[in-house]
Amino acid sequence: MKRIVSLEINGRTVEEIVPDNMLLVDLLRDRQGLTGTKQGCDGGECGACTVLVDGRPRLSCIALVAGCDGKRIETIEGQAKGGHLSALQRAFHENLGAQCGFCTPGMILAAEGLLRDNPAPDEDEIRVALGGNLCRCTGYVKIIESVQVAAAEMRS
Amino acid sequence: MSEALPEFQLLAPASVDEAVAALGANPGALASAGGTDLIVRLRKGLSETGTLVDLGGIAALNDITPGAGGGLRIGAGVTLAALAKSAPLAEYPAIPRAVATVAGPTHREVATLGGNLCQDTRCVYYNQSHWWRQSNGFCLKYRGEICHVAPKGNRCRAAFSGDIAPALMVHGASLEIAGPDGTRHLPLAEFYHEDGAAHLGLNPGEIVVAVLLPPPGPVSDYAKVRVRAAVDYPLAGIAVACTQAREGARFTLAITGTNSAPMLVDIADALAEGADADAYFAALEKQVQKAVSPQRTSTLAPHYRRLSVSALAARLARQTAGFAPEDSQRPEP
Repeated sequence: MKRIVSLEINGRTVEEIVPDNMLLVDLLRDRQGLTGTKQGCDGGECGACTVLVDGRPRLSCIALVAGCDGKRIETIEGQAKGGHLSALQRAFHENLGAQCGFCTPGMILAAEGLLRDNPAPDEDEIRVALGGNLCRCTGYVKIIESVQVAAAEMRS
Repeated sequence: MSEALPEFQLLAPASVDEAVAALGANPGALASAGGTDLIVRLRKGLSETGTLVDLGGIAALNDITPGAGGGLRIGAGVTLAALAKSAPLAEYPAIPRAVATVAGPTHREVATLGGNLCQDTRCVYYNQSHWWRQSNGFCLKYRGEICHVAPKGNRCRAAFSGDIAPALMVHGASLEIAGPDGTRHLPLAEFYHEDGAAHLGLNPGEIVVAVLLPPPGPVSDYAKVRVRAAVDYPLAGIAVACTQAREGARFTLAITGTNSAPMLVDIADALAEGADADAYFAALEKQVQKAVSPQRTSTLAPHYRRLSVSALAARLARQTAGFAPEDSQRPEP
């Protein structure tokens, strides 16, 4: 079965004809060319494919496009505005939060979801919010520091 | 492209009656909620279906309302993120504690209570890629003939791995189930069967609609053994409810991760006045050791899971009854 879905992706309304079994990660990467969303484990375990759906973090490798009809999707490509990196992107860049960079889009979107909900998280709250995101470079300390720097900047 | 999902049609009923009708009209159809268990299974080839019935659009499943006689009625579609924040549920401490340990925060945004209770059992010989399982001749649970955990046995030993069921069980929860023959109620402890390949007491076409909790009362807690502090399923988990502090305390325990069904363990004797508390909790620990039967279904050795879940049981029992930890030098499990 196929259906027409209408999504808002990074502020742009997109209409697509999709099969019922299509995954959100495939729509973003293969149809929309938004390859910043990464496929890691492909089974909902690593968090690399995290995007925001209606402002909340969501694993796009286990989300059906059909279930996202009418929803607002944000990917890493939509984070920079007017040529300026988001606070989290800049903090990850300047504080060595990114090493190989593969987990970074998922980390930044999971952290974005946290900071919208809780602008002043303590370290434990950051660790819990990023608990579903794996970094195989194991650079977790710098990632947490980056989120703390971004949170401080966003509050000021 | 991702490893493709099999082709299916997705139906989106707007009411429980429509969902039951859709399941009845499409034999082999599967009910889907958050999809954090089911979609992964479909992708790995551990389940197949021509029809998914998406319960996410049924508003009636999303409420937490006062239940009969001062209890709570929790819709099966309430997300775990919402449950963790629910004020009335804080009166049942083990439940939000268990909810907060399920998977990772991103899963909990969409995963539902009903989905967590109806999740599949897990085994190290089963939760593998198609190639891996094929090279091993598949297994008794799905497409094969032998249980690699217990090759001489005649049933699947996959472990029930839900965190929330034991926490609900120690609080005396029951289920409201809708199906072709109407609505029925069942104590949660009777919902599960000790068979990893058929552990749910759901008839064809039935869905879990709500969880019913009696009024709050006991002090309770939940803890689990796992390798990673997030995302991991319980390799063993324990919920403890205690009727009152100190002497006279009576305990109800429920265990997950060690058997194919979550298991209620009623500790018959209360902690008598003047009794040796240390001896009482040591006996309780022994009773849990005897009750559980962990198998080689996970990466942790069965013996370790037996000992650690028993030690956690005794620790939680002491805590909920207001006793200090027996020995702070004892290593973490």
